[in-house]
Amino acid sequence: MIRPAHRFPLLSRLLHWTMAVLVLAMLFIGIGMVSTVSSRYAQLVAIHKSIGIVILVLVAIRLINRLLNPPPPLPADLPWWQVVAAKASHWVLYLLMFALPLVGWAMLSAAGAPIVVFGAVHLPPILPHDVAMFAVLRAAHTVLALLLFATFLAHLGAALFHALIRRDEVLPSMV
Amino acid sequence: MPDDETDHAAPDGGTPDTATLLKRNPLQLIAIGVVLAATAGAFAYTGGFLTPQRLSPNHFVDAMQTAAGGPHEGFRRAHAKGICVAGHFVGTLQGRALSSAAVFASGQPVSVSGRLAESAPDPFAKDSSEAVRSMALRLQPAGAPEWRMAINDTPGLHVSTPQAFYDNVVASTPDPATGKPDPAKMQAFLAQHPETVAFLARMKARVLASGFATDSYNSVDGFIFVAPNGARRLVRWTMQAEEPFATLPAAERAAKPANYMFDDLLARVAKGPIKWRMIATLAQPGDPNRAAEVWPANRTHVDMGELTIDHVESEATGNCQDINFDPLTLPPGVAPSDDPIPFARSAVYSVSFRRRTEEAKAPSAVANKSAGARS
Ligand code: HEM
Ligand code: HEM
Ligand code: HEM
Repeated sequence: MIRPAHRFPLLSRLLHWTMAVLVLAMLFIGIGMVSTVSSRYAQLVAIHKSIGIVILVLVAIRLINRLLNPPPPLPADLPWWQVVAAKASHWVLYLLMFALPLVGWAMLSAAGAPIVVFGAVHLPPILPHDVAMFAVLRAAHTVLALLLFATFLAHLGAALFHALIRRDEVLPSMV
Repeated sequence: MPDDETDHAAPDGGTPDTATLLKRNPLQLIAIGVVLAATAGAFAYTGGFLTPQRLSPNHFVDAMQTAAGGPHEGFRRAHAKGICVAGHFVGTLQGRALSSAAVFASGQPVSVSGRLAESAPDPFAKDSSEAVRSMALRLQPAGAPEWRMAINDTPGLHVSTPQAFYDNVVASTPDPATGKPDPAKMQAFLAQHPETVAFLARMKARVLASGFATDSYNSVDGFIFVAPNGARRLVRWTMQAEEPFATLPAAERAAKPANYMFDDLLARVAKGPIKWRMIATLAQPGDPNRAAEVWPANRTHVDMGELTIDHVESEATGNCQDINFDPLTLPPGVAPSDDPIPFARSAVYSVSFRRRTEEAKAPSAVANKSAGARS
């Protein structure tokens, strides 16, 4: 593989791939758990909450890291609209990686449900008990999760476009 | 960033425009399409969208709503007619030896809130003679995880698996043509479910308590109590009424007003607290952990503590109306067993809760009432 002249810093790459695995796992765990009445439901919901909180912590670290270590430039000959799409979709991904765990935590708070992660850690509610608020947040959790999955698909398609068709340095810069 | 140009340019110089690139790489383009379609397909499969026969909690609630002749918006999809209660629980030493749950640990009163209800899906049904009655509780020890339970006055459940529960709902759904369930469908169900036949016989044989206060409520499902020393035991429990047992002849019940059980409860608690003893039944090896099977009467019983209800009030914003009594909200010291029913309940109650909180709710049948001193 060609050694890219511009590469994401090591910490950025580590965070990217760790979180890629976790976020993708969360999307599949989430959509899978609400489709079953078997014992997997409770097991997966417990895992879902724990990984979700891990993602919230990691994305905060990742944002700080990104501000301290800006990403390398995109290929200079990339058409302007692809540059805009790349930058905009990255910010959408950040926004959703913050929003989904926060909405998840907030909706359980508004439902008056205990929020247990890692089997034993009880998180405090971040909203008062209010089921009208729960209803709004619960719907938002679904919509935002589907939006995250759609944005992920576009992101994956773009990464493969760079790797297989443009054959530029974008993918190598992240590996 | 003109300096970057050489770093990113393709080896042969500049990169052609996107349309040209796509035209020159048809196989790669197809490969990308296949990867994206496979990913989206895997997501849809995981969510059950490609396998409509998979028993999802949404299917469950849809079926329950259809059987009930449509949803009663804003109300629970089962146990719709209810009233909120509050009081406290005091655990015993024997209880502490059996489970490390905080509610037993101190011997001090633990704050309790809950809901007494009838199991019918119609929130305005006349208090009926045969209704299953239920008790839902939140035990909230100070500074420790809470425990939620939702228990019934029935001798077990009519089925032992979520699938059988679902099939029973479908079999009892009224035929749109006649407005009544098709007896042939129920016959077919009963032919395959001797446990349901046995349950119905037990139900017929029981002497119905006169109301909420004189009734006793069973966990029905099996749970694991984890002792402070780590020992695990399969148990069921009963909230055993301390009130002397009383019953009402069927004719007298039929002549009562529409909300008599709730009115009686309000009148009773105005006179003083109502109490139940929490009695755990310990399974012996080999006892079936299936909700439709009752355990032999000679099993060891352990007195776990005393429940006191001293306040009753109508459902309203922020009280028991807005709580999901998920039977898997368990504290350390209590764990789910391999009884499959509570797992299904947890998933289904979550859907019922989501739907009812999204809808506008009319005032409950017994509205704006309250009785009993708040402890
Ligand atoms: C859910 C999973 C994923 C998320 C949330 C995600 C998120 C992001 C974000 C936010 C960036 C911007 C750089 C940064 O600040 O870290 C980025 C860059 C990148 N991602 Fe992902 N990613 C995911 C999965 C993937 C996958 C599966 C691939 C490859 C097949 C990939 C390839 C890339 C590449 C090549 C870049 C660099 C783009 C550039 O040069 O600006 N990502 N990703
Ligand atoms: C990146 C983070 C997250 C992603 C991608 C995600 C994704 C999903 C998805 C796809 C679903 C199923 C679709 C639906 O029914 O709405 C779901 C449901 C759910 N999520 Fe998340 N989620 C995240 C974080 C969290 C967090 C942090 C919590 C709580 C602490 C949480 C709690 C829940 C709950 C309680 C449900 C629904 C369970 C039910 O209704 O039975 N999620 N999530
Ligand atoms: C697979 C079997 C079962 C299904 C599908 C089912 C379904 C439901 C539904 C949809 C609700 C309304 C939940 C809400 O909106 O908050 C409910 C409430 C309730 N169920 Fe079940 N149930 C099942 C088994 C049981 C068993 C075995 C018991 C008793 C031990 C039980 C006791 C209760 C009680 C007490 C409530 C009312 C809780 C309250 O007052 O909020 N259920 N059930």
